[in-house]
Amino acid sequence: MATQGHTLKAFDEDLDRLRALISEMGGLAEHAIGEAMRCLVDRDVDGAHRVIEDDKKLDALEIETEKRVVQLIALRAPMAGDLRDVVAALKISGVVERIGDYAKNISKRVAVLEDAGKIEPLSLLPEMARIASQMVHEVLNAFVNRDAEAALRVCERDKAVDDFYDSIFRTLLTHMMEDTHSIRHATHLLFVAKNLERVGDHATNIAEMVYYAATGRHMGERVKGADSVAA
Amino acid sequence: MTMTQEKQPITTNSAVPFPSTAIAADAARDDAGIAKEDAAWTDRPEPAAGPAPITVETPSPEPQDTAEPAAGRTPKMRADRVSVFYGDKQALKDVSIEVHDDRVTAFIGPSGCGKSTFLRCLNRMNDTIAGARVAGQIELDGHDINAPDMDVVQLRARVGMVFQKPNPFPKSIYENVAYGPRIHGLAQGKSELDGIVEKSLRRAGLWDEVKDRLQESGTALSGGQQQRLCIARAIAVDPEVILMDEPCSALDPIATAKIEELIHELRGRYAIAIVTHNMQQAARVSQRTAFFHLGELIEYNRTSDIFTNPREQRTQDYITGRYG
Repeated sequence: MATQGHTLKAFDEDLDRLRALISEMGGLAEHAIGEAMRCLVDRDVDGAHRVIEDDKKLDALEIETEKRVVQLIALRAPMAGDLRDVVAALKISGVVERIGDYAKNISKRVAVLEDAGKIEPLSLLPEMARIASQMVHEVLNAFVNRDAEAALRVCERDKAVDDFYDSIFRTLLTHMMEDTHSIRHATHLLFVAKNLERVGDHATNIAEMVYYAATGRHMGERVKGADSVAA
Repeated sequence: MTMTQEKQPITTNSAVPFPSTAIAADAARDDAGIAKEDAAWTDRPEPAAGPAPITVETPSPEPQDTAEPAAGRTPKMRADRVSVFYGDKQALKDVSIEVHDDRVTAFIGPSGCGKSTFLRCLNRMNDTIAGARVAGQIELDGHDINAPDMDVVQLRARVGMVFQKPNPFPKSIYENVAYGPRIHGLAQGKSELDGIVEKSLRRAGLWDEVKDRLQESGTALSGGQQQRLCIARAIAVDPEVILMDEPCSALDPIATAKIEELIHELRGRYAIAIVTHNMQQAARVSQRTAFFHLGELIEYNRTSDIFTNPREQRTQDYITGRYG
C-alpha cells in the first residue's frame, strides 16, 4: 500500500522491526502448536514439557512488542496507515501470545493422556491442528505484507476448523456414552479440540485486525460458519 | 451543541448553485458524521447493569458510507472554485471549501502548496500583493467578499488574522490591543477599553506576564509573547472568523499549548482556520483538515479521518512522512 519509504529511514526500520517481532511470535506459536500435537500423538511427555517451557519466549516477545509500540508512538507519532499498523501489531501480539497459551494447554494434557488407549478422534486432531496453525501462519504473513485479500481468505478457512470441532465433539460424545471409562481421556481430548478451535477463531480475529490495518475499513459482518452449538 | 442546529438544511445551496458538488456533499456527510459523533458522546446511555446480552449488535455503518441526505448549517465562509494567480503562475487551482463557525479547520500541505495563499484569500490579504489575481467566489455569511460594496477594512475586522511572524505595532502593549477596538468604536470609555484589553490579553494567555508593564513596547516582548499579543489584538475587535497562518511556529511548547487551548476555547464563538506545518498540531486543534498539494485541494475531511484513514494516496504519503 505504501508507495515509498518514509523520508526518515529510521521510521521504516522501526516498523520493519515491529513486523519482524510479530513474525517471530507467529513462528513460535505455530511451532508450539505443531510440537504440542506431535507430543500428543507420540505420547512424548518430555517434549510437551519443552513446549510449556518455550512459551515463556512468547510472553517475553509480547512484552517486547508492547514496549516497542509505545516507544514508536511516542517517538515517531505514526499517522494513518502507519498508525493502524502499529495498533494492529500491539493487538496481534496479545492474540498470538494467547495462541501460544493454547499450545501450552494442549501440552499439559499430554501427560494425562499418556496411558490413553486408542481413541479415534486422536487421528482427526492433527489435521485440525494443521489447518489452525496454517491459518496463524497465513494471517501473520498477511499482516507483514498488508494483504487484506489474504486476510479474507484466512477467515474463510475458519469454517473448516469449526466443522472439525463439531465432528470431533460428536464422536467423543459417542465414545463417552458407549464406554464411561473413556470419559476422562475423552474430556481431555475434547479440550484439545476446543483449544484448536479457539486458535482458529483467534486467527480470524487477527485477520480482521489485518484487514482494518491494511484498508482502514472494518471487515464488517462476515458470514461465519454457524457457530458451534455443541459446546 | 444542539442537534436541531445541526439538522438544518443548507439553505444557501438552493439560492446559489454550488458547482463543486463532490466536496459539498462530502462536507454535508461529514457534518452528519460529526453530529452523530458528538451525540454519541453526550447521549450514550449508561451500560445496563446485569449480565451482558448475548446477541451481537450490528455495528453502525461508518459515516462516509452512509448515503444520508445533506444535513448541516450554513457555512460561515464558503470558497467556490477559487484560483489565485501570481502573474502568470497559478498558485491555487479551483479550491472549494467551507469553513464553519464552531469548527477549527486546518490547512496542511508541503511548502508552496497554496495553503497560505488560500488562507489570505479569505480576508482579501492577496489584494495587497502586486500582480496577484483571485478568481472564483468567496462568501462570508453568504455575501461575496469581493463584491464592490464590501468594505475591506470592515471585512478584515470580521475576518481577523494572525501571521506566522509576530508583527506587533511599535507601540505599547496596551495600545497594540486597544488600537483596533478604538478605531472600530467598540469601547465607550477608558474603563471599557481597559476591560477589552485585559480580556483579550487573558484569552491570549498573556495577561499575567504583561499586566504590570502594559505601557512597555510590544516589540520588547519575547517572540512567543509577541505572537500572543498579536492574537490578543485579533481577538480585541471581536471578529467572526480568525485566520491563523502558522501561529505557533515561533513559540515554545508551553506557549504553543496555550495557543492551542485558546483555539479550543475560541472555537465555540468564532470560525477558525489555521495553516500549520505541524501535523500533530492540525490533529490536535482541528475538527476538519484540508490537504493541499501543488495548488490543489486534494482532500478535505474530518480530521480524525484524515489522520487515521485518508482517502487519497497523496494525503496518506504526506501525513505519514513519505512525501519529500
